[in-house]
Amino acid sequence: MNAIEIKNLSYKYGVGTPFEIKAVDNISLTIHKGEFIGIIGHTGSGKSTLIQHLNGLLKPTSGEILINARNIWLKQVNIRDIRFEVGLVFQYSEHQLFEETVFKDIAFGPKNIGLSEEEIKTRVHRAALAMGVHESWLERSPFDLSGGQKRRVALAGVIAMEPQILVLDEPAAGFDPYGRDMVLKKIKEYHESSGTTILLVSHSMEDIVKYADKVIVMNKGGLFLYEETDKVFSHAGEIVEIGLDVPQITRFARLLKENGIDIGEDIYTVERAKERILELLGKAKK
Amino acid sequence: MLKDITIGQYFPGDSVIHRLDARFKIIFSIIAAVMLFTAQNFIGLGVAAVFILMCYAASGIQFRMILKSLKPIIPLIIFTGVLNLFFIKGEEILFSWQFITIYTEGAKTSAFMMTRIITLIVGMSLLTYTSSPIMLTDAIESLLSPLKKLRFPVHELAMMMMIALRFIPLLIEETDKIMMAQKARGANLDAKGLIKKAKALIPILIPLFISAFKRANELALAMECRCYRGGEGRTRLKKLKASVIDFFAFGLVLCVFGLIIMNNIVFGK
Ligand SMILES: Nc1ncnc2c1ncn2[C@@H]1O[C@H](COP(=O)(O)OP(=O)(O)OP(=O)(O)O)[C@@H](O)[C@H]1O
Ligand SMILES: [Mg+2]
Repeated sequence: MNAIEIKNLSYKYGVGTPFEIKAVDNISLTIHKGEFIGIIGHTGSGKSTLIQHLNGLLKPTSGEILINARNIWLKQVNIRDIRFEVGLVFQYSEHQLFEETVFKDIAFGPKNIGLSEEEIKTRVHRAALAMGVHESWLERSPFDLSGGQKRRVALAGVIAMEPQILVLDEPAAGFDPYGRDMVLKKIKEYHESSGTTILLVSHSMEDIVKYADKVIVMNKGGLFLYEETDKVFSHAGEIVEIGLDVPQITRFARLLKENGIDIGEDIYTVERAKERILELLGKAKK
Repeated sequence: MLKDITIGQYFPGDSVIHRLDARFKIIFSIIAAVMLFTAQNFIGLGVAAVFILMCYAASGIQFRMILKSLKPIIPLIIFTGVLNLFFIKGEEILFSWQFITIYTEGAKTSAFMMTRIITLIVGMSLLTYTSSPIMLTDAIESLLSPLKKLRFPVHELAMMMMIALRFIPLLIEETDKIMMAQKARGANLDAKGLIKKAKALIPILIPLFISAFKRANELALAMECRCYRGGEGRTRLKKLKASVIDFFAFGLVLCVFGLIIMNNIVFGK
C-alpha cells in the first residue's frame, strides 16, 4: 500500500516579492508502507522544503500530497490529524525543547493528541528507550543535557507520538562518527521493530546507503533520481556530475572497471567489494 | 508567513537612485520635506510631486509600492482631510446642510494638506526602499559624527542599530522554524481563549528567548575575540564615497527647491 504519494508538487517561497524562489520543482513519487527511504541532495536542493509538505506545514503552490491515500488538503481533512500520522523531526531539533523536564518535553506531542496519562507515560518511556534517552535524564531539565543528548530527547519527542510515517531531517548532523552511527542505528532498530515508514534526510551518501532501501536524490529542487539502493550507483557518473559524493569503495570499483576489471555497479560496502573480488580471483584461478 | 513582512522595506537594485550615497539621500529627504512645507500653492506641490515620481521612475521601484507605503497612514490622511474640511472658515460657502457648513477655503486647504502628507510619505519611502538598513546606519553615523566632539556615543549607537536590524530577520526566521517544529508536534497555535492562547505561546517563546540570548552571547564573544574596541580608529569595508552623480543630484534637488521658492514669490498663496 502507498503510504505517501506526491503528485506534481511545486513550491515557491516569497511569492509576489522580489525574492521569489522555486524550492521544489514538479516532483512526483510514491513511497510504500514500511519502506526506509533516504533523501540526499546538495545544500539548498529543497530537501527540507519537500518534507515539510508531508505533514501539511507547507501548502503546495501546485500539486497534491496523499498520505495513506488521502489528499491532505481536502476540506474535510483536519491537518492536525495529519501531523500525528506523519511525525516530522526538524534539522537541529534540539532547539525546540522548552519544558522543565525531559519527561514533560517528550510528553508534549502525546499530550496534544489527547491521550490518557497512563498511555502518555508508557509512550514516553518506550520512546526514550528507543532513542537511548537514559531513564535518569527524564526528571532533569533538557537544558542541562549535552547537544547530542538533547537531540535524542527531541527525536524521542516525535517518536512518542508513534506516527505511522516518520520523517527525519538530518537527525545526525553535527555528531561525531560514533554519535552518528549510534543515532542512525537506533532509528534503524526502531524501523525494524515498529514497521514505521521512515524518510531520512542526510548529507552523507555512506549513511544513506547503509540504512535505506531506496534513495531519493534531489538536485536544484527537482527529483534527480529515485532508485533502489542496489541500483543507485549504476548512475554513479551522473551523481558525481551534480557534485554529490559516492562512497569511497564505489569510486574504487569504478576505477577498477575503467581498468578492465568489472566487479559490478552495486558496490557501496567494503564487504560486498571483497566478496566480488574474491569471486573474480577464484574464477581467474580456475 | 511571518517572513513575508519586509523589514526596512529595502528593495535591492542597481538604479541611479540605489547607487547614490546614502548620506546624500538622507539630506535630500530632509530637503524634500522642507520643500513640501515651503510650497504654498498647488503648483509648487505639483512640481515637488512630479519630481518625486520621476525619482521613483528612475529607481525602478514598482508603482504599487507607492500605494503600499501609504497604507499605514490612511487614517492620518483622512483625519487631516476631515479636520481641515469642517473647521476652516472662509467667506465663500461651498455647501451647507443643517449645522454643517463647508467653505471653499476649507475644501482647498483640506485637499492641499492631504496632498502634502501623501507626497511627503511617498518621498520618504523612496529613501528606505532604495537604501539598505546597513547603508542607512552608516550614513547616519557619518552625518552625526560631528557630535562625537561632544562625547556623544555616535558609533556605539550606530552599532546597536545595525546589530538590531541585522537580528530582526534572523529572529523572525527562527520564530518561523520553532513554530513549525512545535506545530509538527501537534501544538495548537490557533487555540481560543486568552489563557489557552498564552499557554500556546510558551513552547515558542522559551526556545526563542534561549536562542536569542545564545546568539547575543556568541556575538559578543566573537566581537571580543576580534578585538572590537568601539569606533576609535576603525576603518570600514565599504566606505561611503560621494561621487559626481551625488553632487549633480544635489544640484538638481536645489534647482527644484529654487523653482518652488520662485513659484511662491510669483504666484503667492
Ligand atoms: N523560509 C524560506 N524562505 C525563503 N526561501 C527559503 C526558505 N527556506 C528555504 N528557502 C530556499 O529554498 C531553497 C531550498 O531550501 P531547503 O531548505 O529546502 O534546502 P535543503 O535541501 O534542505 O538544504 P540543506 O541541506 O542546507 O538543509 C533554498 O534555495 C533556500 O534558500
Ligand atoms: Mg534542510
